[in-house]
Parts: sequence; structure tokens; C-alpha cells
Amino acid sequence: MVAIARKSSSANPLDSLRQKVAMPYLLLLPGMLWLLVFFLAPILTLVSTSTKVPGMGIGEFVQQYRWANYWDAISTMHTQFIRTFVYAVIATLLALAISYPLAYAIAFKSGRWKNVLLVLVVAPFFCSFILRTIAWRQILAQDGLVFKTLHSLHLISADTRLTSSAFAVVTGLAYNFLPFMTLPLYASLERIDPRTMEASGDLYANGLTTFRKVTLPLSMPGVVAGTLLTFIPAAGDFVNAQILGNPSTTMIGNVINAQYLQTSNYPLAATLSFILMLAILVIVMIYIRKSGTDELV
Amino acid sequence: MSDASTSAKGDLQLRNITKTYGDFTAVDDLTLTIPEGSFFALLGPSGCGKTTTLRMIAGLEEPTTGTIHVGSTDITDMKPYRRPVNTVFQNYALFPHLSIFENVAFGLRRRGIKDVKEQVDKVLQLVELPHLAERKPTQLSGGQQQRIAVARAIVNRPALLLLDEPLGALDLKLRRQMQIELKWIQTEVGLTFVHVTHDQEEAMTMADTIAVMNEGRIEQMGTPADLYDNPKTAFVANFLGQSNLIKGNVIATDGDSHTVDLFGQKVKVNKNRSVARDSSILFGIRPEKIRIQENSHTNSGCVLEGGTIVDVSYIGVSTQYQVEMPWGQELMVFEQNDDGIPPLAKGDSVKLSWEPVFSFGLNGHEDASAGSEVNPTEDE
Repeated sequence: MVAIARKSSSANPLDSLRQKVAMPYLLLLPGMLWLLVFFLAPILTLVSTSTKVPGMGIGEFVQQYRWANYWDAISTMHTQFIRTFVYAVIATLLALAISYPLAYAIAFKSGRWKNVLLVLVVAPFFCSFILRTIAWRQILAQDGLVFKTLHSLHLISADTRLTSSAFAVVTGLAYNFLPFMTLPLYASLERIDPRTMEASGDLYANGLTTFRKVTLPLSMPGVVAGTLLTFIPAAGDFVNAQILGNPSTTMIGNVINAQYLQTSNYPLAATLSFILMLAILVIVMIYIRKSGTDELV
Repeated sequence: MSDASTSAKGDLQLRNITKTYGDFTAVDDLTLTIPEGSFFALLGPSGCGKTTTLRMIAGLEEPTTGTIHVGSTDITDMKPYRRPVNTVFQNYALFPHLSIFENVAFGLRRRGIKDVKEQVDKVLQLVELPHLAERKPTQLSGGQQQRIAVARAIVNRPALLLLDEPLGALDLKLRRQMQIELKWIQTEVGLTFVHVTHDQEEAMTMADTIAVMNEGRIEQMGTPADLYDNPKTAFVANFLGQSNLIKGNVIATDGDSHTVDLFGQKVKVNKNRSVARDSSILFGIRPEKIRIQENSHTNSGCVLEGGTIVDVSYIGVSTQYQVEMPWGQELMVFEQNDDGIPPLAKGDSVKLSWEPVFSFGLNGHEDASAGSEVNPTEDE
């Protein structure tokens, strides 16, 4: 590239100007091609599939631009949609409640154990997602530690089942996406200058006020990033509901999975996928607007 | 919460303060009284314990033993947010998420004061930055942030304002300007300022009283002029300005002065300007007090002969000479360029002379180089 540019600039100044204008586009080309092939094309295929209607043969669909498919999908599956977002929100809040103190401790109180603790946070990723979720079933089983502890505290009766329940699905989601919450939180807490907290104490704020007025606002970028990184995959997840749930805890991911792979109803699966995507996009945009963290970054 | 500025008033007293970290003693049995309304500087090299002392006064560290009082109130075990003390931190530690106005109002709001506008505006006027109230700290220059850090502290009118190397991050010119401004603000608001610094010039420019700290202890305390003219230890003599310290012996005492033998030559030092405990003495003279002349001249006062100039640095207002003496030691001489005579040259044979009132004597068992190898411009 450089050699060509030099040659042309010596030949004609206009050519070199053209080169300068073209350069950014040339640099963007690989990325644009990637997006075209792996993002735009699949999206268009998805939308196009979503408006098809069943044809003559089994598993055969013809394009009729039937946008009413969307309305049909919402009216039949709204329960699963609402459930999905309720589960995802609860799991995200649970993960936040667990991660914040953890990230705080790692950032400010861990001393020389900091790196070890960070590795431990990531360590579950060395094991397969499916395996970890199945292990969670063992943990919540009747003879597992959680059940026994809760039972001995008389918080649950002997015939309660923790597995195959909404409780199991939500805790499973929270557990599986915990590192996505902890790491951004840690990163933003770690960036806070501890002297600003000392300054807050020096200016008559007690520990709680310092947290409310200084630490928490300064860690908001991490809170927003962490909740998004947890909420988005949690809303699209189907593994937890499949392994830890029962028929009444079906999430939208399970429905899409079933429509594609078992029922082969591709238009419905595509419609649901697109609605899920749009819904997540809208929720995320409103959330970022409301949290007003753009000023902090 | 009550108004912190009225809860305790009076002199700050540190009584037998010691702070240890494991085997390391940062502050060693420190006793100190800082009078109300004074501008007090804790001066010393990195790691001398001055910042630890400041942090203990602020409540950010706990003394291992000893007590801290403001007036008659014991604040040793008081939480930082209850102390009538505010700090200007080394890197300012402004709150990046709050506007300048809210940064300054922070302390007032925490004390439950509702109507903060008037007080905040007034203090922003004082530091001459009222037009920046709505900006964020990152939009300000270093010097502006520094002033806001001062404003954020003094708006609370604490009994004590602590300044931890407040000018360390500024360039030289701005530092000079802020020194004068801080001194002016202190006079204006009349609060007690305790200023920690490793910069002797900064301490001397601003403070009424300086305590020179070394290895967790106070070497000497006094006014800038007193410390400079009457150093009591080799560390103070070398750390505050520069000194020529020559090993010698007191051989006679007549009237007010000692006669000291310096490698065979006799000089005099006033008896009350010497702290030597026996005949062994470190004889001291500041470089700018010495006259330097060619050997042929006749001189009055104290005279040392047989010097050879080994280095000359012409620096405009003065010329600095390194003179090697017959016993091998190099002495420093600063000569004002005010006589129209061209400077002497390298290799010239010279004699040094000075008025005996400028001589001082230190304990001869001290290390003559103490305090001279620490680099005063090094950052902590």
C-alpha cells in the first residue's frame, strides 16, 4: 500500500488525494465484509424466514410476507416472553447482589490474594457450561447440601423440591453468568482512587454515606456493564431452563430451540428470535439512557 | 451532626505519638504542639514519617501509642468524619462524578447544611474560580484542581487544615504562585494550616514554623530563619540549604567564643552558637557567608588558607566555587556577582574568610554528610 501511494504521489498529486480518501474505506473493508456475511445476511435470512407460511410438503415454507406471523407469535407465546424477562431480571439482580460485595472485596481488601481471587472467579469457565449446569442439579438435589441446610433451618418442608423449579432455573442463571457481572464490577471499582473515599470520610461522610455518594456512583459504569452482560445472555438462555426447570418454567429460548429442532416450524422460530432480539435491544437502550452513565465514561 | 468547626478549637497537640508497621517505626515518640492560627510545616525527606503523622491527625491511620488533642478535646480515637480536620490530598482526590460546586458543597451537605450556595460561592470567589462551578474536575487544569481542593476543605472552616504535598504535582512556576496564594488564603481565613512537604524552599516560603523530620523524629523546630541560621544537627544544616561542615577540635574558650582547630588553622565560633558536647566539633559555615579572595589579600575574621579552586559555576546572580582545602575536603562558596570583578578561575590559589558571627558548631560525633545525600526534589 505504502509503496503504491508513494509512486502515485510522485506522478500526480490528485492521485495521492484519491488514495487518501480511499484509505479509510479500504481499512474498513475486512470488517464490513465480516459484518455483511456474518451479521447482515443472517438477519435478512431470519426476517425473510419469519414471514413465510407452510407450503405443501412437511418442512417446506413459501414466502408470503405474512407480517401477521409476529402478532400470532406474541399472542401465543407472551407468557414465555414475560417469564423469560422476569427470570432474567431476577437472576441479574441476584448476580449483582452477590457480585458487588465480592468485587468490592477483591478490589479493595484482598491485598496479595487479588490475582488468586480473580482466577477463582473465572475458574468455572474451564469446565463446560452444560456440565456446570448439571452439577447445579446435584447441588440442589434432595440429598444435597443446600436442601439439607434449608430443611434443617425449617425454611422448607421435606417434600419441597428445589430441582426442576423456577428457583433452580433462576439460581442457575445467576450462577452461570456471575463472572460476567463480577469482572466489569471489579474493573470499575479497581479504577476508583481510594483517596476519593478517604476524602469523603475527611469531609464528614460516614462509611455508608461514602458508599452511597462516592463509591457507588463511581462504580456505575461497572454496574451497567455487568448487568447488561448478565441480562442479555440470561434472556436468551435455554440450557438452564432445560436442565434445571420443568414444563411450566419454559423460557423463550426453549421455545425457539424446540420450534427449530423438533417441530421444524422455522417461521415461528425465526419470528420469536427476531422479537427477542428487538425486545432486548429496546430494554438495553432504555436502560442505558436511564442510568445516565455515558457522562461517567 | 453538629457543626464540626465549632466542636473543637485550640492548639493541636501530639503527645508521645508512635506508629509502627511490623518492625518498622514510621513515627517515633513524637511530641509536638502546633499553635492555633499558625502555618506549620512538617519538612523532611521521603519516608521520614511526615505523611504518616499527617494521616494520623486526619484519622486515616491510628497511632500505635500516644494521643492527639485539639484544644482540650482528645481526638485520638475519633473517626475521620467526626474530626474538626480537613485535608488537601496530594493528588487532590476531587470527586470525578460531581461538579466543582458539588465537590465544594460536599462537606457542608454531609453536615446537614441545607443552604450551601452562599458559602460555596464565597469560597470559590476566594480561590478566584467562581466561573468553573458547573464544570467537572477532569475539565480543570492541575493548578485549578489544586485550588478547588483547598476550597473544598476550607469551606468547612475546620480547626485544622492539613496539606499533604499539595503542590507536588505542579510545575515550578505554578508552584511558586500557589505558595504565595496559599499563604495569602491562610492569612485571610485565619485557620491553622499543617503542611507536609519535602521541598525546603516551599516550607521556608510559607510556614511560620517548620519542624524538620528525619527517621520518625523531629530533628529541630523553629522559624525558617532560626533553622537556617542556627542548625542544631548536621541533618538540618545539610537538608535546609547547604552547609560546609568541617571536623575540628575546640582548643580554647575565651569570653564568648571557642577557638577551634581545623587541621592546623584556627577559627572562632560563638559559644552559644555551638552545640558541641566536648572538644570534638563539627564546625559549620554557610557557603554564601564566605568571602573568597586570592592568597595575597589580607583578611579579617575567620580565615582558612591554602585553598585551590577545582570548579567554578557562573549562574548569573552568583558564582559557585568548589574549593579544595589542604586536608582534601572540598568546600562550597557562593559569591554574589555584585562587585564588578570577574570571577576567579579554576586552579587559582585562594583563601576563604568570613565574619565569626556566622560560624556554628555541631556535635563532632555526628556524620557530617547526614541529610545531604537525600534528594529534596524526589517525590514520595
